[in-house]
Amino acid sequence: MVVFDKPHALADVPMHYCPGCTHGIVHRLVAEVIDELGIEGKTIGIAPVGCSVMAYDYFNCDMIEAAHGRAPAVATGVKRSDPENHIVFTYQGDGDLASIGMAETVHAAARNENITVIFINNAIYGMTGGQMAPTSLPGQVTQTSPYGRDVSLCGYPIRVCEMLSQLEGPEYLERVTVNSVKAVKNAKKAIKKAFMNQVEGKGFSLVEVLSSCPTNWGLTPQKALKWIDEKMIPYYPLGVYKDRSAKEETK
Amino acid sequence: MAKLTFKTDSCKGCGLCIDACPKGVLRLSPDKINQKGHHPVEAAHEENCIGCAFCATMCPDCIIKVER
Repeated sequence: MVVFDKPHALADVPMHYCPGCTHGIVHRLVAEVIDELGIEGKTIGIAPVGCSVMAYDYFNCDMIEAAHGRAPAVATGVKRSDPENHIVFTYQGDGDLASIGMAETVHAAARNENITVIFINNAIYGMTGGQMAPTSLPGQVTQTSPYGRDVSLCGYPIRVCEMLSQLEGPEYLERVTVNSVKAVKNAKKAIKKAFMNQVEGKGFSLVEVLSSCPTNWGLTPQKALKWIDEKMIPYYPLGVYKDRSAKEETK
Repeated sequence: MAKLTFKTDSCKGCGLCIDACPKGVLRLSPDKINQKGHHPVEAAHEENCIGCAFCATMCPDCIIKVER
């Protein structure tokens, strides 16, 4: 009996990510959810710019590469062109979603577009070599903040889930992480719910995944996972930030 | 006993599976080097494997197949 194997929606190619990068885990979770819901044939993914720019090579469903930050806008167009027959998800990092693509993200959420957004938050710009991101923690040493992020100069990191939860629009916002087996299983539940919401036509669902970047944090893969627990989760608390349907049911 | 199959040439030797394993089944091969130039993971004590698939759950590169 096979207990675990590569999901069908994940292409059988080696990924280019650094050793220990949790992008691969999230890719697999998305592919597993696509398999379980049986929607591979009608799913269209939107790849971002950033480390996951080549996500289009790693999924067996149709993929589109969007300009930097514009994935929610492209997803809006694809979804609206044939809302009944397409399941559209975007897969974006923090440099893409929370920096250059902030406007697209906020407005897609405000319009409650019926799309699924997977947001990888690793508190740094990975692909370009470890510069400070809008989500870098106060005091975090990066290539462009060698003395640590100075909040008097650079401001405070943006908590995307909290910010979007103030809008009337979005249907479902949750923050999860993938730094342990238990956390991975929780993350999968959240990603599955985000896809289910779209299948049921409920609206904008965003899952923020606290992810590791061992290379640019300058840590081993094991220490990077601990760093998420010690440094990131205190600033970015895990949990459901908005679940409109569940709230309406309890009323 | 469970059976583990690795796509050895895709392994990047990050070791996340080794930490996830509750039975200490896995290790990075001390003498083998794969196509990518890493020491790939191997099952040093496969007889202890309980097939929980924790290793495969944590593997970022999806190289582990678990059968029971």
